[in-house]
Amino acid sequence: MSWEVVIGLEVHCQLNTDTKAFCGCSTTFGAEPNTQTCPVCLGMPGQLPVLNAVAVDKTILTGLAINAHINLESKFDRKNYFYPDLPKGYQISQFAVPIVEGGYIDIPTKDGGEKRLGVTRIHMEEDAGKSMHEGLDAVSHIDLNRSGVPLMEIVSEPDMRSADEAIAYLKQLHQLIRFLGVSDADMEKGQFRCDANVSVRRPGEPFGTRTEMKNMNSFRFIKQAIEFEVLRQIEIIEDGGAVVQESRLWDSVKSESRSMRSKEEAHDYRYFPEPDLPPLRVSQQDVDAIKAGMPELPGQLRKRFEIEYGLSSYDADVLTQTLETAAWYESLVAAHPADPKRCANWMANELLGRLNETGKDLAESPVSAARLATLLDRIGDNSVSGKAAKDVLDAMMESDDSADAIIEAKGLKQVSDSGAIDAIIKEVMAANPAQVEGYRGGKDKLMGFFVGQVMKASRGTANPGMVNQRLKELLKG
Amino acid sequence: MPFSSLSDIQNRLNSGKTTAVEVAQLYLDRIAAFNHTLNAFVHIDPAHVLAQAEASDAYRANHNARPLEGLPIAVKDIFCTQDGPTQCCSNILKDFHAPYDAHVITKLKEAGAVLVGKTNMDEFAMGSSNETSAFGPCRNPWDTDRIPGGSSGGSAAAVAAALTPAALGTDTGGSIRQPAALTGITGLKPTYGRVSRRGIIAFASSLDQAGPMTRTVRDTAMITAAIAGHDSRDATSVADAPELDWLAACESRDMKGLKIGKPKEYFVDGMDAEVRAAVEAALAKCQELGAEIIDISLPHTEAAVAVYYVIAPSEASANLSRYDSVRFGHRCDNPEDLLDMYSRSRDEGFGSEVKRRILTGAFALSSGYYDAYYLKAQQVRTLIQQDFTQAFEQVDVIATPTSPIPAFKLGEKTDDPLTMYLSDIFTIAVNLAGLPGLSQPCGFASDLPVGLQWVGPAWREDVILSAAAAYEGATDWNSRTPTTFGGES
Repeated sequence: MSWEVVIGLEVHCQLNTDTKAFCGCSTTFGAEPNTQTCPVCLGMPGQLPVLNAVAVDKTILTGLAINAHINLESKFDRKNYFYPDLPKGYQISQFAVPIVEGGYIDIPTKDGGEKRLGVTRIHMEEDAGKSMHEGLDAVSHIDLNRSGVPLMEIVSEPDMRSADEAIAYLKQLHQLIRFLGVSDADMEKGQFRCDANVSVRRPGEPFGTRTEMKNMNSFRFIKQAIEFEVLRQIEIIEDGGAVVQESRLWDSVKSESRSMRSKEEAHDYRYFPEPDLPPLRVSQQDVDAIKAGMPELPGQLRKRFEIEYGLSSYDADVLTQTLETAAWYESLVAAHPADPKRCANWMANELLGRLNETGKDLAESPVSAARLATLLDRIGDNSVSGKAAKDVLDAMMESDDSADAIIEAKGLKQVSDSGAIDAIIKEVMAANPAQVEGYRGGKDKLMGFFVGQVMKASRGTANPGMVNQRLKELLKG
Repeated sequence: MPFSSLSDIQNRLNSGKTTAVEVAQLYLDRIAAFNHTLNAFVHIDPAHVLAQAEASDAYRANHNARPLEGLPIAVKDIFCTQDGPTQCCSNILKDFHAPYDAHVITKLKEAGAVLVGKTNMDEFAMGSSNETSAFGPCRNPWDTDRIPGGSSGGSAAAVAAALTPAALGTDTGGSIRQPAALTGITGLKPTYGRVSRRGIIAFASSLDQAGPMTRTVRDTAMITAAIAGHDSRDATSVADAPELDWLAACESRDMKGLKIGKPKEYFVDGMDAEVRAAVEAALAKCQELGAEIIDISLPHTEAAVAVYYVIAPSEASANLSRYDSVRFGHRCDNPEDLLDMYSRSRDEGFGSEVKRRILTGAFALSSGYYDAYYLKAQQVRTLIQQDFTQAFEQVDVIATPTSPIPAFKLGEKTDDPLTMYLSDIFTIAVNLAGLPGLSQPCGFASDLPVGLQWVGPAWREDVILSAAAAYEGATDWNSRTPTTFGGES
């Protein structure tokens, strides 16, 4: 009998506000330890939190983008636990009444359809600092720059039925958050972190006992960790054992998880309403204004690219992965409006491929949209063949020379003069009499041979369309 | 002169009869003479006091005097000050120096006040007798075998013995009003949200409020006027609180037409008979002054102490988590590991009453008990608030005894926390309801001062100031002073 996997996800996402959730300190990543702190985020005596209004707006925007309900009155609570990187000994969070409830994310399915995955809630909270133990002897160091950075915690329903679905959900969410501009969501910087609740059951049975995989910050690790955990749980149950409810930590080096703490050891967080912050009230007008300012979402952008530029759904998908990619494409189209599909092909297949090989992203591309457009113009006016243009692009990646200069220098200017092409064809026919005879005897497939020979003889500069046309004419004899 | 009101000192300064330096020196001399007996101050830096006074005199020479120009004001050790230590009378904050001033300290400085020093208090404001202080108990100037009340006992004793003409206290369950009553001075707890809590070491965030302790009603108004107002960095300080003309409110000389509610729950068996008689006499005086005394009921009063001792410790249990020895404060020697560092540092740093409240609060909030304790307490708190709302539909102001008993002897109740908790029985409900309350002297019981408590509707400190000023004008209780300290009782 088969097993059904049940997964629910909790995503902690750092909001990209200029200042922290409850004080005026900078949130810039990577500063010298403890330089972005103040009495409030250090938890000094008598200091009080004041809520960052921008963080509220960004959380509301995220809620609206997943079609969730916005609570016009929400509340903050204290989550109590001791840890050296938690200065106050409690985290300000939202427990009883979060600002966002409900909502969903649709993921594509293999059959080309969509599956709707529920979001339970999004609540606001503050990040803790960082503890550093590595390379230190018998001491730990604490960096409180991150203390008080605003987070939203996005909690899903237990709706995913495979690691792949979990990853699809996370990727959709990640893309959405980046489109909304509410978070940089850089996973390596811990700005988008995931806990996964995993259980298995026989189809139709109630949920099994779940374990929580903590704090994973790469899609690859999350997939590995879930898959590892599913197998571990199935093995336990099939061996007659029972899964223990616990938190587990993924070790990406050993590719295995280990127990962090069991349910019995679990914290009693003693949540209670935060008396330093009055209930958070937002007006429907505020919510409506935020909704009115909603940027184009990934699905909308994809659809627009398909319609406006006549792109395949695949190309539209590739070119809307990030806002930067989409903006780059649109500036390329603006510079080469004649053929948006050519823009898409060259950007998606040629440019991104080359950048990928060199480990660069679009922002670092040595070829700007305007430069690429000049090359596409030359293809459009038959000055260069598509094949030769790839060599030109290679050269453009290496130098600042213009497309025209490279075409000129490399002698790649496409030959569209029928006299010149006829001359080459005649040379090729003269050199290959047997093939000429064969073609004339009915071996049509030899046409490809002749095209190749002519292109080779012209060093790729002959206009392939004309070569085809003239070959057919001349080979008739 | 030492027992002068702030207003009198201000007049003398304004007319050039004295200087801020002379005034400061007078009180510094008295502190030097009497503080060893009273232990009212836990930190004093005479040179710094005189430097502030000199600066004030210099300011006065070149500018218009500010509202509290040159006036000495002591502050409870709970207010963070950049100058000197801020220790909350706890070993866990021993030698802690705050790198910032509390908002109200900034306001006092801006108003030209001369900050005299830090006064003794119950550790983290948890106590009603000043006996939980890590720096030893403070004594009552009327009888040094007795407690001055708490938690703002040092501020109360310092004002009562004229070691300072005025002081700041904080009031979470009566910590300004009860010691004011027990030392024969006047103290005001403003409406919750009237005064910023920023930089005041938190005990119970939803209840804490700072206020003045002075010799006269008008003096409380002068200081409150200086420290009240919205602070954008305290989200519970109310932005659109109705502004009051604080001094004008104190001009009243009669009580014509004033409806005073007399809640039956505050005149009960078990309270000191002389206290009761003094308060009844005060109400008779008010009637003479034109007031109408109306019997009312605040039916949920009985639950107030129980509610308070769930809510306040719950909030405190979280508020005191930051004293973990990681970033500041006492750390034990040679901790074995993190848990050892936490538990030993906190065990060494906190006194037993603070520990009792942290444990009580953590228990009340814990899983499985939250609904029965914290949540239930919040529900009853709402009922207590509604009691007052309904009463104020009927009356303008409520008058009660501040404390059921006069000052008791040191050590008398230290072994019995529950009896100790009951000494705040008449003040606690006011904090739970967030209302303004004032205590003023209204007589004596066994030669010990008795306090009359006025409670007003939210944001109507003017109503209680007017009533208290009229009563004060018609009596002389506030001018009685303890003879041991140079007074003329």
